[in-house]
Amino acid sequence: MLSRTAENLFWLARYVERAEYLARTIDATLRVTALPAAYIGKTNEWDSALLTAGVGAAFYDHYEEANERNVVEYLSFSSENPSSIRNCIEAARLNSRSVRTALTSEMWDTINSAWIELQAVWNKGPANREELAKFLRFVQETSLRFDGSAYRTMLRNDAYWFSRLGVHLERADNTARILDVKYHMLLPEEEHVGGPLDYYQWTSILRSVSATTAYHWVYRETLKPWLIADLLILNDTLPRSLASCYSNLVRNLDQIGVAYGRQGASQRHARGIRNRLEHSHMDDIFQHGVHEFIQEFIADNSRLGEIITKQYLI
Amino acid sequence: MAVAFDEMNGLGEDLRPAYQELSRWLKETPPDALEYRRQEAELLFRRIGITFAVYGDSEAQERLIPFDVIPRIMSATEWTLLEKGLKQRVLALNMFLRDIYHGRDILRANVIPEDLIFQNPVFRPEMNGQDVPHDIYVHIAGIDIIRTDPDNFIVLEDNARTPSGVSYMLENREIMMRLFPDLFSRHRVAPVERYPDELLSALRSVAPHNASAEPTVALMTPGVYNSAYYEHSFLADKLGIELVEGRDLIVKNDEVFMRTTEGLKRVDVIYRRVDDDFLDPLTFRPDSALGVPGLMSAYAAGNITLANAVGTGIADDKAIYSYMPDIVKFYLSEEPILKNVQTWRCREPQDLSYVLDNLADLVVKEVHGSGGYGMLIGPAATKATIEAFRDKLKREPEGFIAQPTLALSTCPTCTDKGLAPRHVDLRPFVLTGSSHTTIVPGGLTRVALKEGSLVVNSSQGGGTKDTWILSE
Repeated sequence: MLSRTAENLFWLARYVERAEYLARTIDATLRVTALPAAYIGKTNEWDSALLTAGVGAAFYDHYEEANERNVVEYLSFSSENPSSIRNCIEAARLNSRSVRTALTSEMWDTINSAWIELQAVWNKGPANREELAKFLRFVQETSLRFDGSAYRTMLRNDAYWFSRLGVHLERADNTARILDVKYHMLLPEEEHVGGPLDYYQWTSILRSVSATTAYHWVYRETLKPWLIADLLILNDTLPRSLASCYSNLVRNLDQIGVAYGRQGASQRHARGIRNRLEHSHMDDIFQHGVHEFIQEFIADNSRLGEIITKQYLI
Repeated sequence: MAVAFDEMNGLGEDLRPAYQELSRWLKETPPDALEYRRQEAELLFRRIGITFAVYGDSEAQERLIPFDVIPRIMSATEWTLLEKGLKQRVLALNMFLRDIYHGRDILRANVIPEDLIFQNPVFRPEMNGQDVPHDIYVHIAGIDIIRTDPDNFIVLEDNARTPSGVSYMLENREIMMRLFPDLFSRHRVAPVERYPDELLSALRSVAPHNASAEPTVALMTPGVYNSAYYEHSFLADKLGIELVEGRDLIVKNDEVFMRTTEGLKRVDVIYRRVDDDFLDPLTFRPDSALGVPGLMSAYAAGNITLANAVGTGIADDKAIYSYMPDIVKFYLSEEPILKNVQTWRCREPQDLSYVLDNLADLVVKEVHGSGGYGMLIGPAATKATIEAFRDKLKREPEGFIAQPTLALSTCPTCTDKGLAPRHVDLRPFVLTGSSHTTIVPGGLTRVALKEGSLVVNSSQGGGTKDTWILSE
């Protein structure tokens, strides 16, 4: 397949995944900020939403204050913010247009209808909370539909695998960024002194990766920060965990390698990261420092993106 | 203007046979049911994303070409005649191009003045003496046909470069079959769906001699911002070939390759929807980022076939157009089956003075214009516009031709005030491969939606209709 087509499929999937992640982040932040101050403490949740979206610095070029109105606008509708939901959907549609031949009609239809639907929202902005909630839900549903139609309608060939690579690389990056911003809440067992304050923060972390229910099924425990860290980093059964993303990345890269009859740097690099995750224990990670671990992971993950690009996409 | 010939009702109230069933159906169908399906059709088009861009109109970057649900119908007899005429015309176009870039018999016979060729910016000296596989230059032609009476088909324009619109022919039919199954069941409409197969086999048949037995064909597009991008991606998909941009291609040792995830892959035939000027920055416009450096040298080496060939513009030029009847006679020794519109060549002094005297009644077109841009429709223009045009004509007479304002035939069309006649033309698509020429029965009917308007171009507010050729 054309390198440019593969590149477009890869980025298309990343944009859709990112849009969904932003919608969930905003959603989770709205819920936690709706709580009385006594439950959430003095941290500015909107600031940390900006940080998890990776646009902390750029935001202040356009706004004075990180409050609900400004942050929601910047993350959702702003055309100034290159990775706002709006720009993600716009970019996803542009990419879809240039690779229409590689998409199934169901996938195209999902992106195109979402784009048409959202034009109205871009133009006037949501009038109230209810409309905002509807919008956020719509974005998440679009991603689900897109993913579902890819899963159900695409041929299992390189086009599918490159699109999956985009999903998992982006997803790993998103989960890692939440952990990076909130790592200070995730303390090892012996250090922790719990309070209602942290409880709602933890729920918020889980909600932004839609894993609140999953947590209870996996651990059958009340919320414990070290278990949350374990779930998001090492638990292969949670689709948004770093471990699960890397199982998938390794598998998709292997499938490409087999189809093309050749392995390369990206297969080796991905396997390296996967092995590290497989052989890590939360205790070691805490000892080594969660923050350092996550920072390293983010760098390694974006390095994988560069290697894939060099090997296949240009 | 006199009442135009109507495709359904002729010159009076005599319902033409091909429209009998449609007329009956229209009488049975309540107007709101028709309106409902019209809206449904629009929704379908938007969802499929069949849009086009209008240059210089940033507000409406992607617009929908309005679709009219009333089909334009032609009998088998009419089609047989038209088909024969089209084949004759395209054969003559190909022979003319071969001759112009080789022996130039037609110039020596003084049928066409030399300077019209050699001083024409679309003449490509690079093509002199260059052979193309099977001597085919125009693999895909879109010939614009109009009618003013039931007996004649008149060519308004030959499109021999990169004619567009065939995706509408195919999609219009899809949507009509979805929305009006009942109406189809009452007719026997010749199918159009084999067009992509015919196109692919025509393209493969003209692969270079050193291509593999399974030649690789690719469709080259200027990219997503091109007005016809939807059509490019649509066709690539239907043909099952890669949709490439210039940056996906690379020339090595005079061979053309595309960059794939598995490395470079040789390309044998490029169905290019990029104009000559932008194909190769080393040969043509150096500022073009759309093209492929070295493409023309691979072409000269005979390692790649371009469809259509480079330099076909010299055959569909509006000044050359006026000589088409002579061209047909010269190469085929036959009378042209399709008529030409009477054309005054402003480069000739007598013609120019006639045109200047009669501007208010004539249509004046730029020799190199297309898409309905830069033309004067005398009867519809203001005095000031006419005077401005007069100056342009005097300054650069060789840049223009003039034609009488023709009453294009009309066809019933949905309007705000119910069904009403609107002017139409027809663009059938003629495919030429190594062994034969094929025309899928039908084409793109364009309709001028504004009352009285004669301009059917989509960039000027025209719409489209499904075109039905009835079987015997």
